[in-house]
Amino acid sequence: MNLHEYQAKDLLRQFGAPVPHGVSVATVEEAVGAAERMLASGAAVVVVKSQIHAGGRGKGVFEGGYRGGVQICRNAEEVRRAAAHMLGCRLVTRQTGPEGRIVRRVLIELGSKVVRELYLAVLLDRGSARPVVMGSEAGGMDIEEVAVKTPEKILRVDVDPLLGLQAFQARRLASELGLGGDLLAPASKTMLAAYRAFWECDASLVEINPLVVAEGPGGEASVLALDAKINLDANALGRHPDLLAMRDPEEEAPLEVEASKHHLNYIKLDGNIACMVNGAGLAMATMDIIKVSGGAPANFLDVGGGANRDQVAAAFRIILADPHVEGILVNIFGGIMRCDVIAEGILAAVQETGLKLPLVVRLEGTNVEAGRKLLRDSGLSVIAADSLADAAQKIVAAVKSR
Amino acid sequence: MSILVDASTRILVQGITGKTGAFHTKQCLDYGAKIVAGVTPGKGGETFEGRVPVFDTVSEAVAATGATVSVVYVPPAFAADAILESADAGLDLVVCITEGIPIRDMMRVRRSMTGRKTRLLGPNCPGLITPGRGPNSTGGCKIGIMPGYIHRAGRVGVVSRSGTLTYEAVWQLTSLGIGQSTCIGIGGDPVGGFSHLDVVRLFHDDPETDAILMIGEIGGAGEEDAAAWLKAHRRKPVAAFIAGVTAPPGRRMGHAGAIITGGKGTASAKIAALKDAGVAIAPNPSEMGRTLAALLK
Repeated sequence: MNLHEYQAKDLLRQFGAPVPHGVSVATVEEAVGAAERMLASGAAVVVVKSQIHAGGRGKGVFEGGYRGGVQICRNAEEVRRAAAHMLGCRLVTRQTGPEGRIVRRVLIELGSKVVRELYLAVLLDRGSARPVVMGSEAGGMDIEEVAVKTPEKILRVDVDPLLGLQAFQARRLASELGLGGDLLAPASKTMLAAYRAFWECDASLVEINPLVVAEGPGGEASVLALDAKINLDANALGRHPDLLAMRDPEEEAPLEVEASKHHLNYIKLDGNIACMVNGAGLAMATMDIIKVSGGAPANFLDVGGGANRDQVAAAFRIILADPHVEGILVNIFGGIMRCDVIAEGILAAVQETGLKLPLVVRLEGTNVEAGRKLLRDSGLSVIAADSLADAAQKIVAAVKSR
Repeated sequence: MSILVDASTRILVQGITGKTGAFHTKQCLDYGAKIVAGVTPGKGGETFEGRVPVFDTVSEAVAATGATVSVVYVPPAFAADAILESADAGLDLVVCITEGIPIRDMMRVRRSMTGRKTRLLGPNCPGLITPGRGPNSTGGCKIGIMPGYIHRAGRVGVVSRSGTLTYEAVWQLTSLGIGQSTCIGIGGDPVGGFSHLDVVRLFHDDPETDAILMIGEIGGAGEEDAAAWLKAHRRKPVAAFIAGVTAPPGRRMGHAGAIITGGKGTASAKIAALKDAGVAIAPNPSEMGRTLAALLK
């Protein structure tokens, strides 16, 4: 589960990381009010930041042409204009896809005079099965690009999960990043806070990009988390009701939200051949063979190991809600699941939805003959297939001849 | 005849009285697996299906029955504790079927098991099976949730991160008349026990395994690690299939570990590494069995 920037910053603040003062708001009036209070207490600039679950906001473009999902403002009027251009509007960035995301909240934040931009992240290292803290002096940039082009610019600290990040490790990383002297204490404190947020929130990623050195009005330097991103481990949300309450379903695709209600795993893709499969690996393999056979998969859909009749029916409704779908391939390897039960579920769903699109069904496994017979005798136009390749070829051909 | 387990392996089941544990334990007993004990805290003294004694703790179960392998079906919130309990009791192998264990729990488990003799398979895996020579491959050792009858005793080792995709591969082999020495599902989570490489090495050292079928998917670097070892040490024919050529980056494809992040973990990179190591790649999932069969000629 992903969090918004303002939520991530609230969490980091709770764990003791220095975060710029900010308020998240949902209306233009609230935005102006928050900005006026900051300006009245001496702020030179305030920043208006669109809150969506995607990066690249600063360089993003709104539907209608307004440029920049992050705006630096010097007075309340500029804040009003920026917030009015953002709230309720669709922002397209390099991470959102062409459909963009609607901005429903903006973060009004105290502006900072940035002297240096760095990168800090805590994440899982799959190879060692340990957390790793990553830091780089190349902050504010696309860290994936830095990792590919100049991997030597990324410093890593491996953490023993039984001990957690140790203070000396944080000091060493800070020092190696050039955050010595007066900055050593605040920088290492920020790292320890980021690590604690990662561990105690069961996060899969805590990223501060950029982590900045800012200069105050008197020329004094400080460390600040200027932007933050936190992703949470969905498997651990059961023990974090407070974090689960931060979920924003508006940021998730509606069909994926609907699928999760039925314990189905659905991801929408760009093609026109829908598939319904039991098991994640087999579902991926089914998408692949559709592609190899000259088609394009419309989705990933894993109905799980013990899908019942209701779940199969829900899966069909979700598949058919995608207007690009022109044909359906069902691929079930009934190991423990019985093929006749699956066949009954498919037939019920076909009748319930009044399916007009071509449907190819490939069943294998327990009670397969009974399952195939049910489909054959149903009088419904279900195309039977007897192997994975046969199924893919049949659905691609059926869709092409429509 | 196999790696890790055979027909004489003495097995205990953690979570034997739960719905999933009970269902699959019955299937495994029918297959011929030697399940000698169950553990459900608070239900010690009961008997499962009239033949398997249930204990409150793993150490009691081990002391009373001599079990050496445990299989874990307990719910995700309690699974890490269950694995640690079996490691503490000094079992040789823990097979964790449970899906949905928080990654933080698994990081602690992996760290705690470092230096112990107990090996871990899974979590979020179908388990492992050494097929027997009876009808429908019964008489072997089935530890997990895979359907027994699709297997056939033989000399090909199968290792995979997936459940049903493994069944598909095994079924293709069996349909071609090719039997299996042992089939192992290592699981789809980002942090687990046995890796592809660990299992590939065991198959290389097993005199009764002649060839290996390896099934991978997007995410992580487990397939690349195995490829690097195979490039230097391969002595047996290996065929592979990697799922997820069409998977979009940044999206978790069902399995918690099946995700392309930062351009890493793509199917094409894994396929290239395996090809470079002399591994035959199945061009599509319908050709897994035939790709392996071609290597045996």
